[in-house]
Amino acid sequence: MSKAERGFVGQSLLRREDQRLLTGEGQFVADIKLSGMLHAVFVRSQVAHGRIRSVDLSAALAAPGVVYAIAGPDLAKVLTPVPDAQLALPKKWTTRVQHKFLNPQQPLLAHDKVRHVGEAIAVIIAESRYQGEDAAELVMVDIDGIDAVVDPQAGIADGSPVLHEQYGTNLIGDFTVSKGNVEAALKSAPHRLKRRFHHHRYGALPMECRGVVSAYDKRSDTITIWSSCQVVHWLRREASTVLDMPEARIRSVALDVGGGFGVKGHVYPEDLLIPYLAREIGRPIKWVEDRHEHLMSACHSRDQIHEVDVGFDDDGRLLAFNDEFYVDCGAWNPIGSGIAYNTAVHLPGPYKFDHFSVRSRIVATNKVPNAPYRGAGRPEATFAMERMMDLIARELNLDPAEVRFRNMVPAAEMPYSLGLPYRDGEPIVYDSGDYPESLRLALDGIGGLEAFRERQRAARAEGRYLGLGIGCYVEGTGVGPFEGATIRIDPTGKVYLAGGACPQGQGMETIFSQIVADAWKVNPKDVVVSLADTSSISIGFGTIASRSTVTLSGAIHGASDSLRKKVFAIAAHMLECSTEDLELRNGAVGLLGVPGKEISLASIAKAARPGWDNNRPAGMAAGLEETAYFEPPTVTWAYATHAAIVEIDAALGRLEIQKYVIVHDCGTVVNPMLVDGQIHGGFVQGLGGAVLEEFNYDSEGQLLAGSFMDYLCPGASDVPHVDLIHMHFPSPLNPLGVKGVGEGSAIAPPVVIANAVSDAFSERGVEFNDTPVRPEQIVRAVFEV
Amino acid sequence: MTQPVEIKCVVNGKPVTGSCEPRTLLADFLRENLNLTGTHVGCEHGVCGVCSVAVNGHAVRSCLMLAAQAHGAEITTIEGIARNGQFHPVQKAFHENHALQCGFCTPGMLAVSIDFLSTNASPTEEETREALSAVICRCTGYQNIVKAVMAAAAEMRGETVRSDESELAHV
Repeated sequence: MSKAERGFVGQSLLRREDQRLLTGEGQFVADIKLSGMLHAVFVRSQVAHGRIRSVDLSAALAAPGVVYAIAGPDLAKVLTPVPDAQLALPKKWTTRVQHKFLNPQQPLLAHDKVRHVGEAIAVIIAESRYQGEDAAELVMVDIDGIDAVVDPQAGIADGSPVLHEQYGTNLIGDFTVSKGNVEAALKSAPHRLKRRFHHHRYGALPMECRGVVSAYDKRSDTITIWSSCQVVHWLRREASTVLDMPEARIRSVALDVGGGFGVKGHVYPEDLLIPYLAREIGRPIKWVEDRHEHLMSACHSRDQIHEVDVGFDDDGRLLAFNDEFYVDCGAWNPIGSGIAYNTAVHLPGPYKFDHFSVRSRIVATNKVPNAPYRGAGRPEATFAMERMMDLIARELNLDPAEVRFRNMVPAAEMPYSLGLPYRDGEPIVYDSGDYPESLRLALDGIGGLEAFRERQRAARAEGRYLGLGIGCYVEGTGVGPFEGATIRIDPTGKVYLAGGACPQGQGMETIFSQIVADAWKVNPKDVVVSLADTSSISIGFGTIASRSTVTLSGAIHGASDSLRKKVFAIAAHMLECSTEDLELRNGAVGLLGVPGKEISLASIAKAARPGWDNNRPAGMAAGLEETAYFEPPTVTWAYATHAAIVEIDAALGRLEIQKYVIVHDCGTVVNPMLVDGQIHGGFVQGLGGAVLEEFNYDSEGQLLAGSFMDYLCPGASDVPHVDLIHMHFPSPLNPLGVKGVGEGSAIAPPVVIANAVSDAFSERGVEFNDTPVRPEQIVRAVFEV
Repeated sequence: MTQPVEIKCVVNGKPVTGSCEPRTLLADFLRENLNLTGTHVGCEHGVCGVCSVAVNGHAVRSCLMLAAQAHGAEITTIEGIARNGQFHPVQKAFHENHALQCGFCTPGMLAVSIDFLSTNASPTEEETREALSAVICRCTGYQNIVKAVMAAAAEMRGETVRSDESELAHV
C-alpha cells in the first residue's frame, strides 16, 4: 500500500522546514534588511519602583547617527495611553465564578512611574544599532524612588506601597471556584495535612529574543509589522487601535521564529511602538531585543505560593482539597485570569474527590510581568497536588503510587465530569483516556515498583540515597475560541492552506501538509502552506495553549468538507455523472470503480474560474476556495504520568537522574517523530526550572539575573535521556481525534524531582515543598533535619 | 570617530574584503557586512554558543571575537557547510533525526558538532553531550541532537546508516 493510501497522518515525515534552517536560508526577524532602515534601542529603568521626574534626551539626540528619540512623558502627550479596561471573559464563566479583576494597561513607554527594572522609559532611533546603543548611554533619567513590592503576601498587607495607585491596592485579581462543601468535609475528615508550596519564578528564554521590524508605505497608507510573535492577528488588532488604522491597512507577519513557548504569546508595547514610530519617522525601523533586555523585559512565569489544606481517610482517599494561592504577577498582567485560572482548575488533576475549593489572589509586584510559559499555571497546580499525594502516602505509610491508584478516576468512569467550569465557561469533562494505566505503564517503565523499592532499601543499607518521584497530571488543550483555515485549489492542482496558527519550531508546515494531504488525497509535497501572515487569512487566533494542531486541523476539515462538495459538483458536471459516484484519488477526482477515469484538481480549478469558457454547473459561484473557522466545543484533555529514579549524593547535594519515563496520551498523533520532539523539549524545560533556572530579586526589586551566566539554562550534559511511552485515546471533540501536546511535558518535572528527592530522604522526614531543588537546598534540608 | 579597519578573509571558500569599525563583532560583520544572516546571535555575551562559526577549522563564538581578529582567517558559516547542493553528513543526520525545531541554535550546533567530530570520530553519548553543552537549545531537549551527532559520526566512519524513508528529504 502506498503512503497516500495509508494516509499521511500518523507517519513520521521528515520536516519540510529543515532544508532552509540547516543551510542558513531561514529568515528570522533580525535578518530583515530594508532600504533606509533605522534601528531602535530602548532605555530601560534601572530601579524597580519610582516616579519619573525627568528624562533628558538632549545628549543622546546630539550623538552621531541619532535620528529621533522620545521618552515616555512626551509620548503620552502625542499617543494617549489606552485606558484601563474590563477583562474580556466568557459570560458562561463570569456568571459561574465569583471574581474581581482590575486590569491596568501598560503604556508603550513608562510615563508617570516605573514599575519594574527593565521597563522601557525612552527609545532611541539611530542609523545603526551600535550608534543607538552609544546614545542610549547618554540619556539622563531622574527617578524618585519608592519602596518596592517584592513579596505578594506582603504586597496585599496594610501599609504596602502600591504599584497602580488608582486602585489603592496591589490585589489586581481575586476569584474563588469550588464544588461540594470543602469546609465541612475538612472538619469531618479522619486525617488532615496543611502545607505551603512555592513554585519559583523562571521563564521561557527562547534562543531568539523578541524583535520587531516595521515599514510604512505612504503611497498605499499601509504598514507591515514583522514580529517574532505567536499571535499575528492579535498584534494586527492592537496595532489597528494604536495606529488608528483599519486592520485592512495593516499586515502582521511572523517569519521563522526562534522559539516562543508562550513568552511571545501576547502583544508587547514594543510590538506597537515600533510601527508607530516607523510611520511617524517615515523610515523602516528594526528593534531586536538583546539577551540582557530579554531577561528584564520579556515576561517571566510561574511564581506562585500555595497554602493547601487536605482531608483524607484511613485508606489515603482524598476527601477535600482547599487551596489559597497567590500569583506574584509582576507589574502588569498581560493575560488576565489565564494563568491563575488554569492553575485553579488543573489542581484536581486525574483524581476523583467531592469537595474542592480554591481562592486565587493575583498580586502586582515590582517585577517583570508574569505571563504564560509552557504549562501556563499547570506546573504550579501539579506541584501542589502531587506533593500532597506523596505527603498523604508518607502520613499513612503507603506507597505514593498506591495512594494515586486509589484516588484516580477509573477508566470505566470516562468521560468524567469534574464539576468545575473551564476558562471557556464550559463544564470540564475529561473526555477520554485511562489514567491508572498511564501510572502502571510508568512504573513498568522504571523497571517495576517493587524492584525499585528493593533496590532503594539495599542502597540505603549502603548509605546511598535513591528516590522515586511520580507526577501525574491532566491538561486541557486546544482551547477556543476558534482557529481559521482557508483551503484553495491552485490552478496547478496544488492545494493551498492558509491558517491562523503561528509556528515557532513545532514543524507546523509539515504536519498541516500531512493533514491537508489526507483530506485531499494528494502528496504533502503538493500542499502549499502559509501560516503566521494576516495577509493570507483575515481572521485567525494564533499559537498558544497547546491548541494549534487541535484547532487548525478542525478548521482544515471544515474548509475541506465545503470545498470538496464544490469540487465534486464540477467534476460530476464534467463527467456527466452523480457526485455519489466520485472519489478523491491521486490529486484528482475519479469515477468510483473505473481506474483511469479521473479529472485532475488542476482541470477542476480551471473549470471553476470565472469568465469565458468556464465549466461550472449553472448557478454555481466561481472559484475554488473556502474558509472555515473551527470553534471547539471545549478543550480536550491530554494527560501524562512522569516517573523518575534519582540518586542523591547527600554530602554534595548532587542529584543524578538514573531513569526518567514519560507516559502520555495526546490522542491521534499526526507525526510521531515531531510529538516525541515536543515531549523531549518540554521535559528539559521543566527540568531546567526544577533544578537550575531562577529569576531572583533582591529586597529592592533588583533582578539578580543579568546574563546566561546567572540564569542557567540546561545544557546537553545537564540532562538525562528520557524514555517515552505512548497511549492513544483519540479525542471525541475534533475530526482528527487529536489532543494538544506542546506544553505537557514541562508540567511535571518540578514536582517529580521534588517528590524523588523527598522520597530519597523519607526516613529522615525531609520534605521539598519549594522549587528549585538545587544542591544548596538539598544539603541544607538534609543537614537541618 | 575611530578609523575603520579593512578586513580580508576567506568565507565559505570565497575571498572577501570588508571595512568596519574596530569594535565590530565578527557575528555582526558576517550578518551585516557580508549578509550571511544564517549565523544567529543568541546572547551576545559568549554563553549560549548559537553564534558559533568555524574559524580556521575550529568552532568559535562569533560574538566574542572581533571582526578585525578574523583578518586572514578562513571562516565557514552555516551557508557554507553543504557542498555542491549536498548536505554535510551532520546536516543530513540533523534532518533525519529531527535534531532541530525552531532552527535558531542550529548554526551553532552544526559548527560545534562538525568541529567535535573532527577530533573524536567515535564519541560516546557522554562525550557527545559534553561537547554539545557548548550550545544552548531550548526546543529539542538535546536528545535528538545527541542521536544525530552520533549517527553522523557513524556515517563519517563509513558505517552504513539506514535512514527512514522520506517523502520530503531533499538537497
